[in-house]
Amino acid sequence: MLCAFLAVSSLGFAQTSVLLIPKPEPVAAKAGTTVEVKLPLQLREGYHVNTNMPPDPYLIPLRLTWESGPVTVAEIVYPKPEMHKVDFFAGQLPVFSGHFELITRFKVPASIQPGLVNVAGKLRYQACNDRMCLPPKTIDLTLPVSVSR
Amino acid sequence: MRSIRRWALFACAVAILASCESPIPDNFQIKAVSERKPTPDFALKDATGATVKLSDYKGKVVLLNFWATWCGPCKIEIPWFMDFQKSYKDRDFAVVGVSMDEDGWDAVKPYVEEKKMNYRVVLGNDQVSQLFGSIDSLPTTIVIDREGRIASMHIGLVAKSTYQKEIEKLLEAPRDVPKTGAVRVPGSEFAWLRAN
Repeated sequence: MLCAFLAVSSLGFAQTSVLLIPKPEPVAAKAGTTVEVKLPLQLREGYHVNTNMPPDPYLIPLRLTWESGPVTVAEIVYPKPEMHKVDFFAGQLPVFSGHFELITRFKVPASIQPGLVNVAGKLRYQACNDRMCLPPKTIDLTLPVSVSR
Repeated sequence: MRSIRRWALFACAVAILASCESPIPDNFQIKAVSERKPTPDFALKDATGATVKLSDYKGKVVLLNFWATWCGPCKIEIPWFMDFQKSYKDRDFAVVGVSMDEDGWDAVKPYVEEKKMNYRVVLGNDQVSQLFGSIDSLPTTIVIDREGRIASMHIGLVAKSTYQKEIEKLLEAPRDVPKTGAVRVPGSEFAWLRAN
């Protein structure tokens, strides 16, 4: 398995109010393998986003999706949440905050033609702090995958 | 000396503990009448499809709350606003909730029913948000005086007592004296017509 890490460069940041999302850098992948891509995210201090499976049906989950194409998604792994005490939820609310990573494992078929494949994705999230919430946002992502034999 | 050190440590611990707590702030802030701006009017639909105009509430103190079903802090305030609606409804007061849910009534209606919300809820949109200076953070709550002017605006959760004090202050305030030549319309306590 080839492990690729999306480097965070100062010029590559797309700042969306409270969430810093790096512009994905090209990932090298060999045909017939699985490639793992990490998307590091950074939330402004004091803010959190819901997990991919919030316990309240009204809360908007964090969701990373990738369009199917020559390269397909095998698995998306969300990190272990932090438990956060909030007044509006009995018990503790699982959230993501600070720095965290979303991992996507892509299948690269053996039959794929070598070259550059752009995989389009979307990241949907909704951020809050203890006093207020911001509207849900959906951010378009493009992951360039450089396929070789 | 040891005793002083112990007290100093105790004082530090108390200070640290106090700083860890983050009670909901009481932020009473009614503007002076001369500084209040007219509230922009809007016409939005409620769950029954009826059009609700903010100007229909002129003569009442209105708590206008922008909220959404996915907003946790908004959820804390809803029971407070239900209390206000119940306690002050006979004193020319009304709560109007403007939901900013993108999914519309499909999301809002079950929530309103589940929480047994006893005040008017309408569905907001970007245009209405722009009228109020682009509402981006929820909850955002505006307290409007009887003459339809913005008396206070709170972005984010504030204490129930803040709203309570503001509402009471506005309810107790003397009504605006009509300009010379105006007459009160019988049966319509707050509407004013200019005399010929």
